[in-house]
This record gives sequence, structure tokens and C-alpha cells, in this order.
Amino acid sequence: MSATDNAFQTALTLVLGVDPALMGIVALSLQVSLTAVLIASLLALPLGAALALWAFPGRGMIVVLLNALMGLPPVVAGLMVYLLLSRAGPLGQWGLLFTPSAMVVAQVVLVLPIIAALTRQQIEELWGEYREQLSSFGIARWRAIPTLLRDARFGLITVILAGFGRASAEVGAVLIVGGNIDGITRVMTTAIALETNKGNLPLALGLGIVLLLLVAVVNGAAYVVGETARRRLG
Amino acid sequence: MNDMRLPPSILPLELENVSFVHRGQVLLDRISLRLEGHGKTLIMGPNGAGKSLLMRLCHGLLKPTGGRIRWSGHANGKAPRQAMVFQRPVLLRRSALANLTYALAAGGTPRSRRKLLAWEALEHFGLTAIAHRPARVLSGGEQQRLALARAWLLKPEVLFLDEPTSALDPAAIKAVEDAVADFHRQGTRIVMSSHDLNQARRLADEVVFLYGGRLIEHSPAEVFFSQPQTAQARAFIDGELVW
Amino acid sequence: MVVKILGLGLGLALSLGSQAQDNERYITLASTTSTEQSGLFDAVIPQFRDTTGIDVHVVAVGTGQAFEIARRGDADSLLVHDTEGEQRFVADGYATERRDVMYNDFVIVGPTDDPAGIRDAETASEAFSMIAEAEAPFASRGDDSGTNRAELRLWESAGVEPGGEWYRELGSGMGQTLNTAAGMDAYVMSDRATWVAFDNRQNLELLFEGDEALFNQYGSLLISEERHPHLKHDLARQWHDWLLSEEGQRAIADFELKGQQLFFPNAE
Repeated sequence: MSATDNAFQTALTLVLGVDPALMGIVALSLQVSLTAVLIASLLALPLGAALALWAFPGRGMIVVLLNALMGLPPVVAGLMVYLLLSRAGPLGQWGLLFTPSAMVVAQVVLVLPIIAALTRQQIEELWGEYREQLSSFGIARWRAIPTLLRDARFGLITVILAGFGRASAEVGAVLIVGGNIDGITRVMTTAIALETNKGNLPLALGLGIVLLLLVAVVNGAAYVVGETARRRLG
Repeated sequence: MNDMRLPPSILPLELENVSFVHRGQVLLDRISLRLEGHGKTLIMGPNGAGKSLLMRLCHGLLKPTGGRIRWSGHANGKAPRQAMVFQRPVLLRRSALANLTYALAAGGTPRSRRKLLAWEALEHFGLTAIAHRPARVLSGGEQQRLALARAWLLKPEVLFLDEPTSALDPAAIKAVEDAVADFHRQGTRIVMSSHDLNQARRLADEVVFLYGGRLIEHSPAEVFFSQPQTAQARAFIDGELVW
Repeated sequence: MVVKILGLGLGLALSLGSQAQDNERYITLASTTSTEQSGLFDAVIPQFRDTTGIDVHVVAVGTGQAFEIARRGDADSLLVHDTEGEQRFVADGYATERRDVMYNDFVIVGPTDDPAGIRDAETASEAFSMIAEAEAPFASRGDDSGTNRAELRLWESAGVEPGGEWYRELGSGMGQTLNTAAGMDAYVMSDRATWVAFDNRQNLELLFEGDEALFNQYGSLLISEERHPHLKHDLARQWHDWLLSEEGQRAIADFELKGQQLFFPNAE
């Protein structure tokens, strides 16, 4: 099919030509998704660890909820954040709707459950192993959290990458809360959706290939870092 | 072993009718026991007798479901200045050296002194060559020695060892037994479980014999091995009980 | 390492914030996909910006969603193509003024071999009757957009209640609907702008145009200051007035795509 050949040519031209509009879109995509993953990680890592370490009433429900939210459809997340940030909504005063910040919020909502749920699994496993020894040292549970997060870091990098993958790949949420405004809130995925709607399939696919490359590069870098460290530290 | 004034002793350790019930099963049944002095106590008994459980209760990792455990000056629960070495050493996913400095940090040693103390311990246990290797890729014997070095740094008054040699080759077993003797020379009270009769004969000053969750005999080693008081102990010593 | 990551995150967050503050003189305009995708705004907004120094952020969605965004106070201005709906919006008190800005027209597109024979139709409603009679596949937006509403009015005037195997409601935007129609050789009603700009035509061809019933009127609305006092009403009025001014109307008329004028200014 010629659309596919065209797409690879288009992708190549886009990347090699250093098209400034494209670079702006790529930069914004990275900025939004990395910020979202960072914020989500800062919240979800301690949360996941806490869920792994403490048994409290309602813990089971939170775990099930987090697992369920891992599959939350992005459009639903987008709609929820839209209603929240809309002028008529509870956080309307902040005036965040149709800004990159709104997109960050939506992606945090999408990514946080993934990171928290997977962190809980990893930390629970490690805690099972460390528990008696740390307790023997007289270390209280809350003081064990930094130790566990540090020692589980290679597994957690993969967890965070899974979050980044979801954040950078989704379109439904950022489209609703960002509005796909040219030059302001247009990111890779919404640009792809737009070009598809215009029937400009080669350009859409070209952008898709660029996105794929981007995600592949980030994952590849993390893989190399993880493998090297794993070999060094066992 | 310390030039500073020692805090008051945590011994004697007294157990009063200590029981442990898990899911309706009585795993330890009304055990009363008093440990004091500077000797080496070997806890013996067939598999499932409750040896590990008894040590975990004493060390404060678990709470008894009945009865009382009392360290001198610590009415309830865990006392400081005790350490435990497990059958399969639990080492953090860090270098050997970092495992030691971590334990020092947990014990409240100021940062500036940790490295020096850790190196001294590595030297003492012949581990300097592997200081920067990841702890979890070391051999079984090296891992257990590292766990002992770590316990050494904590300067415990009482050291619990839960079958520390059961998975090791003879050379490594020798190293562990030497280390135990070292601890003992420094004045540390040793409480160790083992099902190896020869090892027990080599090390024990006194023996606590458990059978089916109950304390059957508690006597000096030479008495236990030459004149066991119960049929079960006799069978155990004669090698008739499968552990 | 942790410090580095925190610093990076802080930097990212700050730069996001500063981007939003970069240009306080802008309005958010809720409008339809057809205007955005045709490229009209790319041609017109820079001229408005040169004149007034005000930028326009276009959120392009279906007409139904555009109304909803404006109703909730999330857009400063509204430019859509559903005259009836717009009048109701004013009557309900959400907008204070509605003015005709421009029109374009709808066209009926279908497979080249034209199984229903609508090339020979006299009127748009006759063409629709022929499609229904032939039970030829017809792709409908089905998304409550302005185009969708116009299409439903045409079925009504043709005396057909669309439904059945041949009538496919897609619930998609115009471009997506054209993509799908091209994939299944279906008839489809499109606004001319999207159709001219659309590249993935495959077997589709323009089969019917020119009936006045297919005219597609765009209106600009001033949102009620009373209901949404926080909006940038000053700037929004400047945009509204500029669209209706001689300069704005000329900018619309001058916009061409592939050599065709797509929008015809008709402000009074």
C-alpha cells in the first residue's frame, strides 16, 4: 500500500528535516508526559509502598480499586478531569482547562494507579524478604520505605516506564482537557488524530512512527541503565 | 569490647508459659525458660519442634499468643543490643560494604564512623576482597560470614543464630563456628539452633531440647549428651528421630 | 540522582507554567472541526493578531460539544454552524448576541459508480430519497454536530426516517466519517471545506451540490457576561466585531484551499 511507503518517507523527512512545528509538538509531548510521570511517581511510589507494608481496614478495597483504575479508559479520565477543571466545576477558578497543565493533571490520573499498583506488588515481594531482617535491626515500618524503594529501584524503573508508555500513548484524555490547540496544547497523539481526520494518512502515520521511535529510545535507554546496574548489583 | 560505659545488661531473659498458636495449631506450648550468664545455649530438636519460632519470639520478631517474655529492664517486647543471624542470610541488594554501613546507620552510628567500622569488620571476617561486590551474588559461605560481620558491628549482648550452617559446606561451617567462638570470647551470649549433633557437642554449654512444641529438657551439655532424661531426647541423640 | 530528578521535574513544571503565562492576551474560541481542519483559522487568525495583538486559541470539536463548552464557561467565544441551536443558546440566556459571519455549503459525496443515481437528482431531498430507496450504504456522523443536524433535517424533508442496514451512524468527526465512508463505498454528506481538504478519497467523488437547502450558515456568538463574568469579554468582543468588519470579512473571502474559495462572508 502506497500510504505506508509514503508514511515512512514522511516520517524520515519530518525527523531529518527538523521541522520546527514538529519539534514543538514533540517537545510539548515529552514535557507533558514526563512531568505527569514525575508527579505521579512522587505520589504513587510512597502510596504503593504503604499499601504493601500496612494492613488497615479498606486496604483490600483500595488495592482492587487501583488495579481496576489501571484499565481506566483515557476518555473517561479526560472527562472527569474536564468536569473538575471546567469553569463550572470545583477547580474552575484555577483556569487550567485547555492548558498543558490540564493535560498533565489528566495524565497523572491515568498513570498514578499503574505506578501505585505495580509498586505495591514489587515492594510487597521485597518486604516479604527483608521484613525479619529490618525488624531485627529495630527499623520501624515507615523507616523501611526508603530502603525498600531504593533496593527495588530496577523493578520500579520498569514500572515508571510502563506509566510513561501509557501517558505518552494516550489521546482521549489530552484531547478533551487540552483541546488540541495548535501550538499550545497539540501533542503527538492529538496531532495524529487530527491528521487522520483530515484524511492525511501518510502524515498521520509519519507522526506515529516518530512517536514510536521516541518511546523506543526512552525505553531502550532505561533498559540499558537497568541491565548494567542489575549486573553490577545483583 | 567497648571502651564506653556499658548500658545495664538485658539478661536474664525469662520466658513464662509462652505459647504460640497459629490457625488453631499449637506450635509452642507453655514454655518456661531462663537464660543468663555468658554461655552458649544450643536449641535442639527434630524438625517442626519449634526451634526457629522460639528464637523469633525471644528476639522480638513475633509476639507470643500466651505467656510473657521478659528481658531484664524491658518489661515488654523487644530489647536493644541483640542481633539475629538467619538460616538463609537476608542481605540487601547492595554491595557487601553497603550492607554493613546500612546496619550501622540503623543502629544510630554517626555517618563519619560507619565506613571505618565496616572495614574493620570486613577485615576481621576476611571479607575485604569482596567489599564492593553485590552481596547477593556472593557464595553461601561468604553471605553467612557477611551476615555475621553485620551482627558483629551491632555489638550485641545476645546473638541468636537460627541453623546458621545448615546449607553450608564444611569449610564454611568451620568459619561460622570460629566466628561464634569469637563472639563468645567477646562476651556475647550465644543462643543457636541446630539439628547437627556433632556441632552441638562441639559448641554447646547447655542444651534446650524441644519436642512437638514443648520444652522437654533444659540441662548442661555434658548431662544432656551422657544422661538424657527423656525417651525422646535419647532417641534424638541415638539418631533415631528423623529431623 | 533523586535531587537531579526533582530538579528536572521542577524545571518542567515551571516551564509549563510560564508557557501558559507567556501570552495573556488571548481568547479561547470553541469552534467546529470543519473550520479548523480546512485551515481557515490558520489564514484568518494571524491577520486578527496583527491588527489587535490578541491571539485566538481554537478548540475544535463537534457543534454539540462546542455549545457545551461555552455553556460551562470554558470558552470566551463561540463560532459554530447550527443557526437553530445558536438562536436557542441566545434565548436560553447563555449568549447575548448572535451574528451571521459566513456560509459554506454541504455536498453529497459517494462512490464513483453512484448506485442510487443521485447525479441526476434535482434537489438535495430528492437525492436523499433516492439513496433511501436504493438502500445504498450511507455514512452519518451521528454525533449531534452541526453537519449531523443539517443531515437529519434533510431526511425529514425527504420524508424518510433513516434506519436499517444501509444507514450507518458512526458517532465520529467529519474526517473520520469520510475515512470510513471511503472504506465502505458509502454515500456521505460533508461540508465542502472538509471535503476539499480531505486527501484519503479512494473511490469517493462529489456527486451532488448547489441546492440552497445545503447552505451551511456560520454564526459568531457573544457569551453572556452575566452568566460567566470571569471570561475575557473585552477581547472576545474585539474578535466578534473584527469577524463582522470589512477586514475580517475580506480575510474570510481571501482564504482558498487548492484554488477554491471555501467560505463566503455574509455579515450584515
